[in-house]
Amino acid sequence: MTERLRQTARRLLEEGKVKVVIGYGASRPSAAAPPVFITRPDDAGKLEWNDRCFANLAVYLTRKEVKALGKAAVVVKGCDERALVVLEKESQVDRSALYVIGMACDGVGAPKCAGCQVHLPRFADEVIGEAAPPVAAEPGPNGLKRLMARSPAERWAFWNTEFARCVKCYACRQVCPLCYCERCIADKNRPVVIDTSATPKGNFAWHITRAFHLAARCIGCGECTRACPAGIPLGLLNQSLAQATEAKFGYRPGMDPQAEPVFGAWSPTDKEDFIR
Amino acid sequence: MSEAIAMSFEPKIIAYVCNWCTYLGADLAGTNRLEYPPNVRILRLPCTGRIDFNLIVKAFEMGADAVLVSGCHPGDCHYTAGNYHARRRWMLFRSLLETLGIETERVQFTWISAAEGKKFQQVIAEITEKTRALGPYTAYQGLCVGQASACPEATK
Repeated sequence: MTERLRQTARRLLEEGKVKVVIGYGASRPSAAAPPVFITRPDDAGKLEWNDRCFANLAVYLTRKEVKALGKAAVVVKGCDERALVVLEKESQVDRSALYVIGMACDGVGAPKCAGCQVHLPRFADEVIGEAAPPVAAEPGPNGLKRLMARSPAERWAFWNTEFARCVKCYACRQVCPLCYCERCIADKNRPVVIDTSATPKGNFAWHITRAFHLAARCIGCGECTRACPAGIPLGLLNQSLAQATEAKFGYRPGMDPQAEPVFGAWSPTDKEDFIR
Repeated sequence: MSEAIAMSFEPKIIAYVCNWCTYLGADLAGTNRLEYPPNVRILRLPCTGRIDFNLIVKAFEMGADAVLVSGCHPGDCHYTAGNYHARRRWMLFRSLLETLGIETERVQFTWISAAEGKKFQQVIAEITEKTRALGPYTAYQGLCVGQASACPEATK
C-alpha cells in the first residue's frame, strides 16, 4: 500500500494536478507517524503507510499556511474522511479544489478504532488497498457506558480528578480537524469568557466549551484523547454528545453529506419535555 | 445540611431572559404588583438564541445556585426562530451536563410570554423553593474557591 501511495503522490505532483501532498512520514518505531508535506515528485518516497498513522490530516486543510501552498492532495482514512464531509458542509474546504487519497484501513489501534464503521473511505478520488468490512459493534463505547452507570455525584468527582491534570496546553484543540476558528473563544480576553489559568474553574469552563462547540459536529476520530498529554479521556464527552445527537435527531456527523446538520437548522417538533 | 444553614441559606438565582417576552412578562408582574422572591437576578438578552451556554457556566462560576433560561413561546420569537435554535442547543447541552455530573435541576428552562406575569411570579417562586431545598451549589462553587477576583461571592 505504501508503494501505491507513493506512486499516486508522484504522479499527482508530476502531472501538476496538486501542489502539495499531505500524508504520513517515517517515525521511530512505536512513535506516531508525523505529517509530511510533499511538494516535489522526488520526495514522494518519504510517504509512509503503517499502523501508526493515527493523525487526522484533515486538520491541516483549514490552516492558512497550508492553504497558501496551493491545491492539496490529502491522505485520509475512513474516519478522517468524515471530517472532510463536515468541513465541506461548513464551507471550510472546497472539495473540488482538493484531491482525496483514501486509505483502506482495518484500524490503527484501540481504543481509537473500536466500533469503527468506516474502514473504507467513501468519497475519495482514489482508494488504495482493501479493507475487511466493519464488524457490527455494540452501540455506545464501553467507557461511556461505565461512566453513565455511575451516579451524577460520582461522575462529577470523576471529571474533577481527570480535569485536575489538565495543563491547558490546548493540544485537544490543535489536533481537532473541526476546531478551526482562527481566534478561539479561549483566547479572547475582552472580556474573558474562559478563565485562562489551569485551575479547576478554568479547566471545567474550557472542557465544557470544547465539548459543546463540537456537539453534533464531532466525527469521533478520537484524536483529542490521543493527543492529551495528561491522558484525560476527553473523547467521552464527545461520545456522549454524539450519542445524544443520534438519539434525538438521528444524525451522525460526516456520514451522510446530504443530511441537514443539527445546528443551523430547527424543527417545530423538537422534543421539549424539559421546558415548562 | 443542618437546619440552621437551611434557614439562613438564600439561594441566588440568575435568570437569563429574552428582551421580547419574558422580560416583559417580568415587567408585567411588577406593574401588577405581583410579589415574587427577591432571590432572582434578571439579565436581559436580545433573544434566547443569544443565550450562550458559556453564560450559564459563568453564572455558576460567579456563585449562582440555579440558573433560569426563559424566552418566547415556540412560534412567538421576535426573530422568527431564535427560540427554536436555542431549544436544539439546550436539548444537547443538558446531556453534556448529565455526563459531567452537573446537577441538571439547577438549570431550568421556561417559555414565558409578555402576557404571563403570573407565570413569571409562579416560576420564580417555585425555582427559589426548589433551590432552597437543594441547598447551595457547593460542588461548582468549590471549583472557584481561592480565586477571589473571578469569583467574589463564592469565596466569602
